[in-house]
Amino acid sequence: MKRLEEKIFKILMIGSTMLILSVLLYILFVIMKKGLPSLSWEMISQIPSGGFYLGKEGGILNAIMGSLYLIFFSVLISLMISVPVVMYLNFTLRRKSRLAAFARLTFDVLFGIPSIVYGAFGFTVMIFFGLQTSLLGGIIAISLLIIPVMIRSIDEVAILIPSELIEATKSLGATNYETIKVITRQLLPGISTAVLLSVGRGIGDAATVLFTAGYTDSIPTSLTQPAASLPLAIFFQLSSPVEEVQNRAYAAALILTIIILTLSFAARYFSRRLSKNKI
Amino acid sequence: MLKGRLLKDKIARHYMLFATVVSIFVLFLIGGGLLYKSLPIMEEKSLWTLLTTSNWRPFKGDFGFASYILSTLFVTGIAIVIALPLSLLTSIYIIEYASPRILRAFSSVVDLLSGIPPVIYGVWGTLTIVPFISEKLAPHFVEFSTGYSVLAGGIVLAIMIIPLIISILMEVFGAVPKEMREASMSLGATKWQTVKKVVVRKSIPGIVAATVLAISRAFGETIAVLMVCGNFTDLPKSIFDACYPIPALIANNYGEMMSVPQYESALMFAAFLLFFIIVVFNVISRLVLIQIDKRYQL
Repeated sequence: MKRLEEKIFKILMIGSTMLILSVLLYILFVIMKKGLPSLSWEMISQIPSGGFYLGKEGGILNAIMGSLYLIFFSVLISLMISVPVVMYLNFTLRRKSRLAAFARLTFDVLFGIPSIVYGAFGFTVMIFFGLQTSLLGGIIAISLLIIPVMIRSIDEVAILIPSELIEATKSLGATNYETIKVITRQLLPGISTAVLLSVGRGIGDAATVLFTAGYTDSIPTSLTQPAASLPLAIFFQLSSPVEEVQNRAYAAALILTIIILTLSFAARYFSRRLSKNKI
Repeated sequence: MLKGRLLKDKIARHYMLFATVVSIFVLFLIGGGLLYKSLPIMEEKSLWTLLTTSNWRPFKGDFGFASYILSTLFVTGIAIVIALPLSLLTSIYIIEYASPRILRAFSSVVDLLSGIPPVIYGVWGTLTIVPFISEKLAPHFVEFSTGYSVLAGGIVLAIMIIPLIISILMEVFGAVPKEMREASMSLGATKWQTVKKVVVRKSIPGIVAATVLAISRAFGETIAVLMVCGNFTDLPKSIFDACYPIPALIANNYGEMMSVPQYESALMFAAFLLFFIIVVFNVISRLVLIQIDKRYQL
């Protein structure tokens, strides 16, 4: 009887593990199968021409470039905030500091806030400053979204740095700032992983940029112009009744998936290198 | 020389403190900003009317959120009912039974699943789940369904929150000390009895915390749900009917809302509602998880 129960549950457990694995494979398979036939060089090298949304010529270069601009500047801003925050929490404050505990809880909560709320908030901020939907608005919203991702991810690695390393540096007479410079070298693989993770999160998110960056058929040339993005390109084209346009949405989905998979594998590569260098 | 070094140190210290305070402050800024924006509608109508009536005619000044709130609850409910048992079974298997190699491989699966953007889940849902429901499943139960339904939203959401639940559960189960398992086994309990009576029982707070986190993630999910739920403002009568969760409402109407001042306020109220519930849920479950971490670290 005891054994029977265990056996049944073991089958259920293996079953559900296999189910989750197969769902992942099924998602990738469907995206690939639908996207590959419409994927072409034209898709990724041209911006939409007249009649694009009726199935005529053009590509989604506007969305690809838009997404790249958005994510590049957001990551830059987020790095300038996240790295100092993690350094402060781990190497300036004491390990059991109350402020650090409160800050970590806040970042956990910020991490859980849905992107639509960041989008709505970004939108109100933009109205407050009299901004139109623009590249700048999108950058602000995405930065808000990925700062918690980045902080949590770097913090996970920073916590593992042995306090002996800090003490050794300080005992040689280094100031706190100089100590941090030494530690940053140790943290580099962690920071790279964090960057890749946040690029993945930021580039794939539609709800933040929907309000803030808007959508356009051209590639933005200044911060105040609206910017297209890949997730919105997928979303808008999929709602079109024209079949060619829908097919392009599938191709765009495949492009986005490939980007995400590449980032994910790169992140894994970095975190493996990290565990090799650990002292 | 020393002066220069100390000056650099001072500047760095201040900048780091500044960055930390600013980024903590963002949470309060978002809450305050959304609350401020939703004040006009809350002055005009009582909170109770907003939350319990389901008349939604923005251009006539009727803003009842009941059907959106119920839609959100239904979709989230289905997602949890599907995701929780699957995640529990899977994470128990991975932590207690599987070899380290499978553990590592499966962590990649979880990472990949959680990395897939919502819009891709939406595309996948419209390609597979929606037609499956309208062609295969729904005809057995109701006369007609487009497939864009509560159930479709629930299934897609379930898949999206599974990686979140599993990654937390794997940590929670992993945090149960080895000695406890060994003590149980040495008293003659089987592996399964140990899992059931020791590991799972010890982990109940963690399981609850993971579930609450998953609920709050499901509440706020926008694009994927928007793509598969049908977005129809009415109370859904069955799980095969279309529904209209709050995040989808916000996302769909941002263009129109500028024309009526109350409308903007109403949508910001919706965003504030989401924000408030999610912050409360997150704080509670994070505190529980921190406690678990502390208890076993000593």
